[in-house]
Amino acid sequence: MRVVKKALVIGGGVAGIQAALDIADGGYQVILVEKTPSIGGHMAQYAEVFPTLDCPQCILTPKMVDVGQHPNITLLTYAEVQKVSGEVGNFQVEILQKARKVDHTKCTGCGTCWQKCPEKIPSEYDAGVADRAAIYIPFAQAVPAKAVIDTEHCRYIKYLDFMESGAEGKKPPQCRICERLCPAGAIYWEQEDEIITEQVGAIVVATGFDLMPVERLPEYADDPDVIDGIQFERILCPGGPTAGVVHRPSDGKTPKEVVFVSCAGSRDPEHGVPHCSRVCCMYLAKQAMLFKHAVHDGQTHIFYIDTRTTGKGYEEFLQRTMAEGTVYLRGKVSRIYRDGDKIKVMGVDTLSGKQVEVSADLVVLGMAMLPSIGSQELADRLGITTNEQGFFTENHIKIDPLESTCPGIYLAGAAQGPKDIPDSVAQGSGAASKVLGLFARSEKTPEGLTVS
Amino acid sequence: MDLSYYPGCTLKTKALNFEDSAIAAMAVLGVNLVELPRWNCCGTVYSMADDDLAHHIAPVRNLVRVAEQGSDRVVTLCSFCYNTLKRADLLMRNSQEKRDTINSFMDDEIDYDGQVEVVHLLEVLRDDVGWEAIGRTVKAPLEGLKVVPYYGCTLTRPQGVAIDSVENPTVLQDLMKVLGATALDFPLATECCGSFEIVSDPDAVVERAYAILGMAQRKGADAIVLSCPLCAHNLGQKQAEVADKYSDFTGMPLVYFTQLLALAVGVSPEVCRFDLSFGGVEALLRERGLIPQRV
Amino acid sequence: MRLEISSNRLRNEFVAKVIELSGQDINLCYQCGKCSAGCPMSFVMDLLPNQIIRSVQLGLADDIAKSRTPWLCASCLVCTVRCPKGIDIACVMEAVRQIALRRREDFIDPAGLERDTVAELPAIALVSGFRKLTG
Repeated sequence: MRVVKKALVIGGGVAGIQAALDIADGGYQVILVEKTPSIGGHMAQYAEVFPTLDCPQCILTPKMVDVGQHPNITLLTYAEVQKVSGEVGNFQVEILQKARKVDHTKCTGCGTCWQKCPEKIPSEYDAGVADRAAIYIPFAQAVPAKAVIDTEHCRYIKYLDFMESGAEGKKPPQCRICERLCPAGAIYWEQEDEIITEQVGAIVVATGFDLMPVERLPEYADDPDVIDGIQFERILCPGGPTAGVVHRPSDGKTPKEVVFVSCAGSRDPEHGVPHCSRVCCMYLAKQAMLFKHAVHDGQTHIFYIDTRTTGKGYEEFLQRTMAEGTVYLRGKVSRIYRDGDKIKVMGVDTLSGKQVEVSADLVVLGMAMLPSIGSQELADRLGITTNEQGFFTENHIKIDPLESTCPGIYLAGAAQGPKDIPDSVAQGSGAASKVLGLFARSEKTPEGLTVS
Repeated sequence: MDLSYYPGCTLKTKALNFEDSAIAAMAVLGVNLVELPRWNCCGTVYSMADDDLAHHIAPVRNLVRVAEQGSDRVVTLCSFCYNTLKRADLLMRNSQEKRDTINSFMDDEIDYDGQVEVVHLLEVLRDDVGWEAIGRTVKAPLEGLKVVPYYGCTLTRPQGVAIDSVENPTVLQDLMKVLGATALDFPLATECCGSFEIVSDPDAVVERAYAILGMAQRKGADAIVLSCPLCAHNLGQKQAEVADKYSDFTGMPLVYFTQLLALAVGVSPEVCRFDLSFGGVEALLRERGLIPQRV
Repeated sequence: MRLEISSNRLRNEFVAKVIELSGQDINLCYQCGKCSAGCPMSFVMDLLPNQIIRSVQLGLADDIAKSRTPWLCASCLVCTVRCPKGIDIACVMEAVRQIALRRREDFIDPAGLERDTVAELPAIALVSGFRKLTG
């Protein structure tokens, strides 16, 4: 049987982007499937990245644009892999292209629609610290920069659903503002979900991570000023909803005392996950540094158990954070609660042997990294295995980390285990090289893959 | 409904207000608390040393008494009794070796192997009577009364013994809402009051009491609602000392949940024995018109 | 004086006894300090709870014997329910107390309590205090 020399990459974060670009640059066709309306993944949410303090807009956006324009890449955003069959060299794949209700051959991404849409929903891209409209692109640099309608929240779709259901009562408004204002006539209410069938020879799984929800740690309170690391990235981001001016969510005040809690859910087999999430030490150090750059008289406190800085330039970066005045307090926090205007952080500094308490204005939890939501279902569809925490299992953790337990399906990025950006990019390229190696063969026989 | 009821030492002495109000309120709700005959001390605290089986005999003997009554449940009011009896029961259920040793030590008694479920009265109110039925029975809603719930340690720890969520219990708040009171958020609801350290280090307990009482005051509470006679003592008896040491503290009424339940379902205030409660509960309730002015 | 660490110290009788009485695997502790961070009695303790665990790990029987910490533990179990490794720290404290109590080293003398104090305290306080602090 001939090897189909076309690859499927699942997940449009930095690992999937790198894998897709490398395979495409090698001269082969790639289908990149991303479930949200834009590629970019979590990296696109960050303010600046350690240890160089590059902004993702500067270093990620060019790669995203390359993906969008590459002749060998078919980009399917707002799409999900539904069914996979076949085997290495010849997989049959069904992809659900969710209805965008916008004709992307007409949409110019001008922005009129999302500026005028009256519906406001917490923005996924802004991790809930800002709202978006029901018709939207997730962020300014989105690829594709073309709108989608969130059918769950769109007023007119609600009206249509109401009329179809024949229910009694007050009708939702027949809004249709976007349709009236769209200069390109791109609104396309009749557009339905679509199943796309493809044949590919290899699959790269790069579905990334999500953070453990803060609610999983009830002792760390349910309070608007106790936020997770990605939310703080959005608050710190110069291109973010506050233009990089730091406001705390509850009352918009500029926080002065900011506490960062490492290992929130990580290294905690009893209440969270047993693993180290690998990136929190570094991003919390970076956020502390960025905060101090933004609020000069601010004070930052990082509760840590151990600092893990295993990447190139990382330890130097961490020490710079310390030198710039961030206080490292060694110990896990037991309890966080509101007391008036302040948030009490009850911790310990085991180095001085003191129980400590900080009256903070804002608390950032370095929540544990978990496999992205939906990865178990994807694993079941692909017929590959996951570990106890749900990360995809590699063929051999030491010497075969890129291959999944199924030949022809490769792993890249945080979907395989917590990973920082350089490791995700390296693994994306590594998985691409595996695919290119496979495509260098042309026949699959009962004895294996051969070059004819 | 008849329920076997285990009172424990302090309910018969310094916490008569807890017991009397509970029995009267439950009668209104159709639950007859039947005091266990020949009950003995529960042991007060659960012995945690692995080889210390002798101290489990007291609580297990009480569970045997319940089984002898042909009852499969026993309800407690005191949080300490609940915790000690419940943990002794779990030990007898979970370790065959220890169960056999304890049973053979008490060879004059019937064998105990977990026939009895130990419950706290708050569980009975929530799970058997139900908030809706209690709400229907309320005659005098506690309108305008702002309370903070205080669980202390033994109702919500350890996991497996907790009558509610370990970190975010709501059963007391839920009860207070049904009674018409306002339950305020209280971050120190499950913080320890200092417990038995009152015997050896009363000064430390003053500090604990100030932390908890002061927070309740800052939250704007009229009273703290509790379920443990030791918490009541530590937070109550020490209020004068707290006020001496910390001038911002001006006093905080303490009330058992059963007293407010009884009052709301129409039990006479005399039965609730507010005179035995610390911190001026009686004056507070008079001022709010929840009990009649003194004639 | 410099503390000499050796297999003899790490495996001494005291360590074995604490492990036996508590039934807890002391080696699981990675010293995150969460027990000490949440302890309501830490403010009067000479060693923090995590330092007691560390001292057990290192076999420092004398340091523990001199410490008031195990006697100030109110067995409220907040350490136990929040320990990321599931160690019942309150139970380790109990084991340490038991070792002393079984040598007839009571922490308090019930006969020495003032008559007024005894009259004022509820039975629940006296019984639990005597149970935890005397043998």
